[in-house]
Amino acid sequence: MSELIDIKNVSLSAAEMVEEGRINKALYSDPAIFEEELDKVFNNTWIYIGHESEVPEAGSYKTAWIGRQSVILTRDRKKNLHVLQNRCRHRGATVCEDRTGKTKSFTCPYHGWSYGLDGALRAIPKPEEYEGVLDKADLPLESLRVETYNGLVFATYRDDIESLEDNLGGAKKWIDLFMKQGGGYPVKVLGEHRFSFPGNWKIQLENTTDAYHFPVIHKSFISSLDDATQDIFDFLDGEGYVEDLGNGHSVMVMIPELVDLEENVDQEIPQRFQDLADELRAEGRSENEVKKLVRAAHGTGFNLNLFPNVACSMAFFRVLRPVTVDKTEIQHVAIGGEGAPEPFNRRRLRVHEHFQGPMGFGTPDDGEAWERVHKGSQSGPDGWVLVNRGMNNLHESEDGNVAGSVCSETGMRAAYREYKKMMAAGEEK
Amino acid sequence: MTTNTQVLNEVTSFIWSEADLLDHQNYGEWLDLWTEEGLYIVPAEFEGDENFKDTLNLALDDANMRRMRVNRLESGESVSARATGNTVRMISRVRILEAGDDLVVARCAMTLNEMRHGKLVTYPADVEYQLQPSGDSYRLNRKVVRLMHADSFLRTVSFIF
Repeated sequence: MSELIDIKNVSLSAAEMVEEGRINKALYSDPAIFEEELDKVFNNTWIYIGHESEVPEAGSYKTAWIGRQSVILTRDRKKNLHVLQNRCRHRGATVCEDRTGKTKSFTCPYHGWSYGLDGALRAIPKPEEYEGVLDKADLPLESLRVETYNGLVFATYRDDIESLEDNLGGAKKWIDLFMKQGGGYPVKVLGEHRFSFPGNWKIQLENTTDAYHFPVIHKSFISSLDDATQDIFDFLDGEGYVEDLGNGHSVMVMIPELVDLEENVDQEIPQRFQDLADELRAEGRSENEVKKLVRAAHGTGFNLNLFPNVACSMAFFRVLRPVTVDKTEIQHVAIGGEGAPEPFNRRRLRVHEHFQGPMGFGTPDDGEAWERVHKGSQSGPDGWVLVNRGMNNLHESEDGNVAGSVCSETGMRAAYREYKKMMAAGEEK
Repeated sequence: MTTNTQVLNEVTSFIWSEADLLDHQNYGEWLDLWTEEGLYIVPAEFEGDENFKDTLNLALDDANMRRMRVNRLESGESVSARATGNTVRMISRVRILEAGDDLVVARCAMTLNEMRHGKLVTYPADVEYQLQPSGDSYRLNRKVVRLMHADSFLRTVSFIF
């Protein structure tokens, strides 16, 4: 372990506040660093916007956020996806305040400027005063660069950074594995939980790659499970691992047996799934399909943390949004199978409600811990937060990546390494 | 008219005593108010439809989940539940929507206040009750709590609405 040195009256840059194994607590609480992050991180990399199933048809749209900036994800008449800045080019009002919907155009409520699904400015009321003043072709809603991977939609302000696929790199394999949980049907968003906590966004980013906390803070959730499921969640002494996938991404495998949901489909249906299996059989599903659906019903055995704002977490998407230095909004997005049997999707909804969201049996205890971490970050003139767990117990993964044990902080170090790189941009050192 | 006022008084009295049980964390007694097939529902949308089983909710509790929820809050294992004190809820605007012999449907406005780490958090909600007449009182058959915050971002909740 690195020696903890006492630093006083030294002004460190945010990048310098990240060391391998520890970060300065000011990274949670300093408003100036937060502003810098919105620019250097959120305006400079691929940001998760949504899942393709949330905009299924021509004309479908949803609003999303890149930090404080409101954007609209749309699907145009040719079914192409766009991510548009939610800002009229005239006086700058937002043109859309709905979470989701279907439309042919976005009309600014202030003076009636109207934009197409691709952002093109189509109509201006009383245009004669603009003759020779402006050309509509020059004033579309600002469009961001959009790319998708296996249903996940990302956008960036940067035209000159690597492609999404290059950025995801080693994470692509895990996205593909994650998407197998439709049980043979395409993954579809079923709904979402929305909640906020009074704390910095990086506290949530860390949590999705933190297995160490699970048996401690989530004891009351574990107690509510049947014995067989309790055994499954008793993974800290198991064969799981955390793997650094590069570019800030990481995967934490808690239940290795549930990495590939299309493997071992033939195994006997566990007792806790008998009711679901019976419902599916009653619908006339073949035994093979019943087994496939049952195996996929509770999701995968891993959390894939994608830097900086999304995780594919066991059975749902976790999306975070930095609002202020001490406020973070989180969406827990429930997923199921498009066209999958009703009992399957219902089961997935109930499993999601059990742990996730502001009234789940898990999230409120996470929220309590995060709030306290943030509070603690304001104690004392200086202090460090440790992310060095398992640093001396690393190995090389099958894919040649650095990996640690399941309850190591390897994933946090991966994220902070990328964070440091981005925050250092523009510094001479 | 007399009958309607009587039903309104009885229902209001029932809702107030339920509120008192919840505010003072008498969760065991609250569980006893329910019919076995009753559903406690907190939808994830303020104005969502009634197809709760095929929709994501904040809570959709049958008898088993209600017992587990209460157990979680009372077991001492949940750090957020330990950090939550009593709530104070105000109930008003009680209106009887249906007054049958087997089922009474009522709707009311509720504002719940929680002191969370020294800060007051307030939850306005529209609450609908389906009550089964039982002796000289009622049993809860369905309670739907539509939170105004549901469309936005809630704080985490370690109590029962």
